[in-house]
Parts: sequence; structure tokens; C-alpha cells
Amino acid sequence: MAHNSRERPRFGTGWLPYALVAPQLLITVVFFLWPAGEALWQSTSTQDAFGLSSEFVGLANFTALWGDPLYLASFRTTMIFSTLVTVCGLVISLLLAAMADRVTRGKRTYQTLLIWPYAVAPAIAAVLWAFLFNPSIGLITYGLAKFGIEWNHALNGGQAMFLVVLASIWKQISYNFLFFYAGLQAIPRSLVEAAAIDGAGPIRRFFGLVLPLISPTTFFLLVVNLVYSFFDTFPVIDAATGGGPGQSTMTLIYKIYSEGFKGLDLGSSAAQSVVLMVIVIVLTVVQFRFIERKVQYA
Amino acid sequence: MKQPSLRTFALAGAGAALALGMSTSALAATEIQFWHSMESALGDRVNQIAADFNASQSDYKIVPIYKGNYEQGLAAGIAAFRAGNAPAILQVYEVGTATMIQARKAVKPVWQVMKDAGEPFDEKAFVPTIAGYYADSKTNHLVSMPFNSSTPVLYYNKDAFKKAGLDPNTPPKTWADVKHDAEKLKASGMSCGFTMGWQSWTQLENYSAWHGLPFATKNNGFDGPDAKLSFNGPQQVKHIQFLADMAKAGTFTYVGRKDEVTSKFYSGDCGIAMTTSGALANIAKYAKFSYGVGMMPYDADVKGAPQNAIIGGASLWVLAGKSATEYKGVAKFLNYLASPAVAAKWHQDTGYLPVTKAAYELTEKQGFYTKNPGADTAIKQMLNKDPLPFTRGLRLGNMPQIRTVIDEELEGVWSGKQTPKAALDKAVQRGDDLLARFAKQGS
Repeated sequence: MAHNSRERPRFGTGWLPYALVAPQLLITVVFFLWPAGEALWQSTSTQDAFGLSSEFVGLANFTALWGDPLYLASFRTTMIFSTLVTVCGLVISLLLAAMADRVTRGKRTYQTLLIWPYAVAPAIAAVLWAFLFNPSIGLITYGLAKFGIEWNHALNGGQAMFLVVLASIWKQISYNFLFFYAGLQAIPRSLVEAAAIDGAGPIRRFFGLVLPLISPTTFFLLVVNLVYSFFDTFPVIDAATGGGPGQSTMTLIYKIYSEGFKGLDLGSSAAQSVVLMVIVIVLTVVQFRFIERKVQYA
Repeated sequence: MKQPSLRTFALAGAGAALALGMSTSALAATEIQFWHSMESALGDRVNQIAADFNASQSDYKIVPIYKGNYEQGLAAGIAAFRAGNAPAILQVYEVGTATMIQARKAVKPVWQVMKDAGEPFDEKAFVPTIAGYYADSKTNHLVSMPFNSSTPVLYYNKDAFKKAGLDPNTPPKTWADVKHDAEKLKASGMSCGFTMGWQSWTQLENYSAWHGLPFATKNNGFDGPDAKLSFNGPQQVKHIQFLADMAKAGTFTYVGRKDEVTSKFYSGDCGIAMTTSGALANIAKYAKFSYGVGMMPYDADVKGAPQNAIIGGASLWVLAGKSATEYKGVAKFLNYLASPAVAAKWHQDTGYLPVTKAAYELTEKQGFYTKNPGADTAIKQMLNKDPLPFTRGLRLGNMPQIRTVIDEELEGVWSGKQTPKAALDKAVQRGDDLLARFAKQGS
């Protein structure tokens, strides 16, 4: 790549740049590398809940996982869940952002309303939706019954999945909306107008011009949302379904949480979190290597 | 004139502050942390008990702190212990008992606390089926303090019974009655005839004890950690099949793993609900119809049934590493809790069982059961018959996870995805893996 020959700013001393990044490095070490190392170490041992006795077991925790068909099943559940959350979440938010971008009156109100859900804690979001869909007293349940649809997510796995996906998407829409909206606003009006003059209709303009221009935003959101659906959704599942019925909403992260915090089985929980860590690292690398090529940075 | 008066005020204020500071330091009571999981109304009761105890003497101050539900409270207690910052008293749910007993170095057994503090403590005063759950299986001494114990009971809607042409004063006694009554309720236009919550606890743990069947080998785990689950016997399979048939016929509606049934019942949706006796307070508060409380149903063809119920709920654990003074205060507080007046009031206010026989007798003498029919159903189930070696309770490791396994497999039955036999066999197999894992962790 031909580089711009502009002089880059240079620091006179060798230590200053290190000092400047030191706080960030420290945070990374204390809050990311250390816990990750701790998880690696714990995944090779079994110990009682109080940590009074601990025994090195090598890879036994991992082999136990591979022998557990339900653990393998939760991979499938996680894939379905995270794909739904990411894809539907992005599409809906983009749609909302595109519509809000066209609105001229009452813009602020729309923005505020759309950003609101972000202020709600995930667990509360889940409880809220679980209430609306409560099999006995839920408002929506009542409405659905009028159409002859019987709602009972305590028994119906598909309905339970729908509920946790809905709550997770709703929670994340604001975040996606903000970025999409900012991205849309940054597109020069003149470009869109020029396309319009050339005879491109709204749909053609959107897919041919707007979408490629916001592709860096979309890519960023894709990564963030995937990580969100993998890691941050356990309060939603915990409050709405508890992984059930059966194990139909048991995602990898919820399994880690329930076995580590409820079951107090730290060895197995640590082994699972190591597996999840590897998966997300691989997924992120894949995204950057293959999808990012399609991204056009202006 | 203003200047001096202001100064006097300031001086007086400083003097008062000084005097106050001195007096509090002179009378400083030993603070004792008590972490619990009693929410809202129950939490208020706990705070009241602590306040009454604190007012009754000046050496110790019990500080009750709500730490989330049972699971969260136990996790918080363990995390605090690992960080060297544990509370003196920790409330732990009954299925966490094996975890606590296994942590020998982290726990100081209650009988030891009492002995060291020189507190008179009569272990025989406790209801045997409650004390048995928390007793050391070798020495028979109490390792934790029974506090809030419950058993499953049957609530039924008397108004709905009347409407369905059933006798409102006769709750269903056997499972055949439950089916018959639920059918009648459905026929009268009710959407849900029978429902139940805490399915592992009510339909397998208590069902087994009530019919004199073991839930696991080694006397339900009391005789050693290498127990194996055995709740997939023919009688239990038959019972789950019975419920599955009811679910298919629409006379049994499954609404969730925990206490979802309570609101299902008091909202008038379900005519009969089997759930914890601890739900009585909420039902009494919200139900707009007259209701009755019946004993757990049993299968009439099982010899010796009904046997005795086993408890749920929680007990209080004393954690290790505290000073002798603190333990003295803990001992005094625990004894205060077990005193007939305090235990009886707690029982009457909450619907939990009276933990001592004296508290039960006191409640009876006060005429509480005549004024509140059904409030004594739970304790009657406990005292129904002397417990068999395997109906004292459960002493199984990883029990919270085993319950989840049972929930998962039974949900497959209610939705028609698997047969009761397959579900129970799978639950036993998965549960045995968890038991083996637990035994390994402790060694």
C-alpha cells in the first residue's frame, strides 16, 4: 500500500507512549488476562464449593463435557439463539434507524423512545417480557388466547426461545439504533440526491448506496452483537425461562452461569468458559479475516 | 447578643456529640452478621425478630442482611468465606445441606456452638422429621439450626368445588380423587383443574417419602456420599404416568418449575394446587374466594401410605473462624429463635412449620388452628408416622442441579416428548453422574 508521506508526530522520549497506554494495559491485565488465566487454571481441577480442597485433574473436565450430549446440544441452541438475536436485531434496528432518518418532525421524540430500552437492565427487560407473556396473567397471553393461540412458555420450547430472543433483541435495539442512525446521518445528502436525480428509487438507493456506505458500522455492530448474544444474555434467560423447558433455551453462557453459580461446580464451569472463550476468539478472527474484506472504509 | 448564644449552642452540640460517642463506644455490642434469603414480608419478619432480640439484651447486635434468593445467598456466603469475610450466620436452603456438611472446615456445627458457649440446648425439643434433615448422620447432633421448613400441601378452591357439584369440605384425599375432582372442575368450565409446583420436591422427593419409598440408596444419602438415585422405581413411574395422562386429558396444567402455581391458584385459574405450605400467607392475602387446605394425596393401593412428609425450606448455618464472643452471641440468638414464643409466632405469621414441638403446642393452645383451618396440615403430615430411615429427608450432593435435571426431564413428559419411564431413567442416570462428581470434589 502506498503510504501517505505526511510526517507522523513523534515523541521525544521512549517511555512516554508506554506510560500513556499503561492504564489501559493494567486494566486489560487485571480484568481480562488474569481472570482468563484463572479460568484456565480452574478448568484443570476439581474443588469443593468453599475452595477448601482442590485437586489437579488435567483435562478430565473437558473430556466430561464432550461425553455429555446435552452440552453438545447447547451448542446448537446457542447457534440458533445468537443467529436470531444478531440478524433480527440488526435488521430491525437498521429499519428503525432508516425510518427515523427520514422523519423530519418530532425527531427527538423518536430518538428518545428508541434509545430508552438501553437504560433497562437485562434482567428487568426479561422480567417485563415474561410478565407480558405470563401463561396465567400475561396481557399478551390474554390477547393471543382471543386468537386461539395457547401461550405457555413453561412447556413449549419454541415459545420459550421466541421469548428470550425477543427480550434480548429489544434490549440491544437501542445500541444498534444509535450507531446505525449516526452512520446514516454521516452520509452526505448530496450523494443520495445525485443518485435520486439519476433515477434510483428509494430501495435501489438504500441497497446500492446507503448500505455499502454504512458497512463499517454494520460490521462493527455484527461483532458487538454476536459477542452480546454469546456473553451478555444470561440474565435474560435466567429471569425469563431458567434455561427451560427441558434445555430448550440452555445456551452455553447460561450453562456456565447455572453450573458455576447455582451448582457451585467451578471446575466444569471453568472448562466451559474456556471453550466459550475459544469459540468467540475463533468467531471474531473469522469475521475479521473474511467478512471485513467486504467492508469499505471510506 | 447573638454571638454568645450561637457559641453556646455549638459548645453544647459538641459536648453532646462527645457524650454520645463515648456512650456508644462504652456500650458497643458485638455485631453479628446474619445473611438470609427472606424476601419482602418474610424479610420484615426476620428484621423484626432481630430487632426484638437486640432490644432484649445489650451485649450482641444481630444484623440481618438480605442476600438474594437461596441460590444467590449461598453463592454470596461462599464467595465471602473464600475472601475471608464470611457472615457468622448464613441461611442455606435444604438442598444445600450436603454442600455445607462437606465443607467441614468452613462450618461450625450448631450443637458445638451451643456446647462451647455453654448455652442450654435441647435437641430433642425439635420436631424429629425436621431435625433429622439437619442432623449429623453419625452422632445425631444438629449441624445447622432448623428455621423455616415447609412441606407440600394441597390447596383447593371451595367456591369452584361448589360450582362443580363437589363437596367444598372434602379435599381430594387420594390421587384418584384428584383426577376425579379435576375432571369435574374442568367440566364446570374451569380452564385448569389441577396444577403443582416444585415438581421434583412435590412429585418425586415427597411422593417417595409419603409412600414409604426410597429416593436414593444409602438411606437417601444419609449413610454416605456414594449413594445412587432410585426414584425411577415402578411406583414413581406409575405416578408420573398418571400425571402425564392427566396432562394429556387437560386436567393437569403445568405452569412452571417454581412457585408459579401460587398465583395460578389465588387468581382463580386452577381449582386444585399442590405446592409449599409456605404459600399460605400469599394465598390468604390475595385469594378472593374461600379455599381449603388438604394433605398431600396418596395412592391408596400402596401399602402403608401415607407415611410422612419431608421438608423443604432452609436452615441456619454457623460459619467458622469467628471469635468466642461472637459465637456466644450466635448461640444466644439461635436459642432465642427456638424459644416457643418466637418459633410459634414465626410459624403463624409465615405458614412455615413450627420447628419445635413446644411451638406447635403453644400455637394450638392459642387457638390459632381453630381460627385458621388448614394451618396445621403441614405439621400433621410431618408427624403422621415416625420416619423410616429413608424418609428423614435427603442428604445428596449437587442436589440443586439434580432438581434441575428432574425439571428438564419431566418437562419432556408433560409436553409429550418422552415416556415417564425414559424420563426418570435419564434423570437418575444424569443425577448419578452429578452425585459422583460431588463425591470426587470433596475428597
